[in-house]
Amino acid sequence: MPDEDRKRAAHRALVDRVLNGAGRATPEERARAFGNAGLPPPLDALVGKVATSPAQVTDADFAAARASGCSEDQIFELVVSAAVGQSARLYEAGLAALAEAIGEAG
Amino acid sequence: MRLEILNRGYGPGTKVLFALIRVFSGHPVPDAARLVFYRPGFYGDGAKKFTHEAMRGPSAWSVADRELMAAFVSKVNESAFCVGAHAATAGQAYQDRAKVQAVLADLESAPVEDGLRATLRMLGKLTRDGMVSAGDMREVLSAGVSRQQVRDALAVCAAFNTTDRLADAFGFELLSPEGFEAGAKYLLKRGYR
Repeated sequence: MPDEDRKRAAHRALVDRVLNGAGRATPEERARAFGNAGLPPPLDALVGKVATSPAQVTDADFAAARASGCSEDQIFELVVSAAVGQSARLYEAGLAALAEAIGEAG
Repeated sequence: MRLEILNRGYGPGTKVLFALIRVFSGHPVPDAARLVFYRPGFYGDGAKKFTHEAMRGPSAWSVADRELMAAFVSKVNESAFCVGAHAATAGQAYQDRAKVQAVLADLESAPVEDGLRATLRMLGKLTRDGMVSAGDMREVLSAGVSRQQVRDALAVCAAFNTTDRLADAFGFELLSPEGFEAGAKYLLKRGYR
């Protein structure tokens, strides 16, 4: 399936850049945002909303992240990592369910 | 947008480009476009490439169907900017705005084929609940959707679950109806590259 390989490859490249590319937040911080686990307050609240209830994000979430000492570039990277991480989990979950359905169908 | 770097943190070349777009299109540069121009090596370049593959790459789904999926996923995420942008794009692509509005209002009664309806239902569940079962996938397949079409739809779903989150987190400013229609025309002509 060469066409599908291109979509998956483009997705993997995006994930790799966000996690491992040059950035102002450390790769470890980005990995935590990506996984929505293990960031300290108040960043955990911002990242958690981006992952699970993005429409609920407020100015106050950003103000708290700035007040904790994060630069705007670091916040940018952590928010992007959280969004890409949640989407990657949905993509994997969907593909896994499809594989199971196909396997069970024989 | 909620980060000043996304409002003003662009180099001189990009600022000139934004000014040219404003002059020639008659509309301000949408925040969705501004986002991918900010430090593009970190996110924008990779996001554009993936989104373009998902939305315009080879697929048995039409461009209109994929734009409708984007609008539908955005509706589930309550992402007003992305619903506006992709409802307009799907409406132009189908040349049928009423069909798009019907799907967004009530998927089950909307006038779409069973395969597309089953696919949208599955994407909605995945987006809302974070998971789908093999049984959910079998329902889609039994509605006549190919395995490859399911994979293609999941790529659209992944692209827009990312964009929706960033639109809402960064606070993309809504466009006027004319602005969304102009953006839709651009997306149908040029895609996401």
